[in-house]
Amino acid sequence: MTALIEARRLEFHRYGEPVFKPLDLVLEPRQVVVLTGPNGVGKTTLLRLLAGILSPVAGTLAIHDSMTFVGHLPAVKGDLTCRENLAYEQALGEPGMTPAEALARVGLAGLGSRPGRALSAGQKRRLGMARLLVRNTAIWLMDEPYASLDDAGCARVDELLASQLARGGSVILATHQRHPALDPDQVRNVVLEYGSEQEFQQ
Amino acid sequence: MSKPVGNAPKALFQRDMKLAFRRLGESLLPLFFLFTVIVLIPLGVGPGPTLLARMAPGMVWVAALLASLLALEHLFRPDLDDGTLEQWFVGDSGVLGRVWARLASHWLITGLPVIVFSPLAAEMLHLPHHALGTLIISLIIGTPALSLIGGLAAALTLSTRGASVLLSILVFPLIVPLVIFATGAVSMQADGLDPTAHLGLLGAFTILAMTLAPFGISAALRMNLE
Repeated sequence: MTALIEARRLEFHRYGEPVFKPLDLVLEPRQVVVLTGPNGVGKTTLLRLLAGILSPVAGTLAIHDSMTFVGHLPAVKGDLTCRENLAYEQALGEPGMTPAEALARVGLAGLGSRPGRALSAGQKRRLGMARLLVRNTAIWLMDEPYASLDDAGCARVDELLASQLARGGSVILATHQRHPALDPDQVRNVVLEYGSEQEFQQ
Repeated sequence: MSKPVGNAPKALFQRDMKLAFRRLGESLLPLFFLFTVIVLIPLGVGPGPTLLARMAPGMVWVAALLASLLALEHLFRPDLDDGTLEQWFVGDSGVLGRVWARLASHWLITGLPVIVFSPLAAEMLHLPHHALGTLIISLIIGTPALSLIGGLAAALTLSTRGASVLLSILVFPLIVPLVIFATGAVSMQADGLDPTAHLGLLGAFTILAMTLAPFGISAALRMNLE
């Protein structure tokens, strides 16, 4: 089995300072990597690097399969309905579930024809997560998937993670509040550390 | 497990068109703007046919330019705000194709209506009939360059505060040759001269913009996401 993501001595700098310590990261199939660390250590930055939105300053990064990225912003168009938002996402690559199925899985069943702007913050996040399901991608990158979700919503995130593992995919997620309730053999924790000492002195 | 994205530009174009029709009032604003200019200027300068005929090419072109500029601020900004812009860069999904798709929808909303309604505008401004063809050709060749150069300026100023002022300052000098060659061609045809040289230069300008602007736009967008 080959790795899905291989990063060696990965670095990113902001204002001339390294954000996190040079990082080695390998993502295997059927694995959840949980990124933790204090605020400002660069969890979001690392996810955006892996997604290809940012380019690393140093080190090598090899991505061997398709990916979906769910960031802080839900990437949902307010003027389109939930179903249309997901139909757009589905057309981007190899399709997975139908929009209706995906909405049911994230707990938005029956809201298919509601426009995105009429959703609450938590519902928007759920719709953002339904984007993962309408496409068939091997790698999921999730930034704070438990943020602004209720307990039932968090449990649904764990279900989604389990289903992604079951079909042979992998996930990298950054989290503060909560750790995924999954088989510990399939979960690997990566703790990020500040790249420069200055942060501690402040 | 799955192949890289194949039809992302097409999906984006279809979604942009759907969004444009959903906000029809906003989308028709450039066209409304064109008509305001065409109707109000004769009221201001007087309805004399000779004066208007001289000014017609310039007025139609300036209206096209302003219509294009009007929609520029919304070219990438809403996508930056709702997070759909960063999705363009996820994986190896081809940013250039999406840039082209976005520019095409911008042109369809701001450029094409101006072309379609230019015969009516020309008639209202007493443009000689034999120059109408040249006016339409100059618009067909030139308006894509408006979208391309405007798109570059919009991408560069994406995360700048007070971007609209900077946007206009960036766009105007780049647009000058376009307006000179386009209106020059129409005026020459109206005076019974051969406009081919002017149209050729206009075409060269558009080809230059087509070759360079999309690369500049995708680089500028990526810079703004850091």
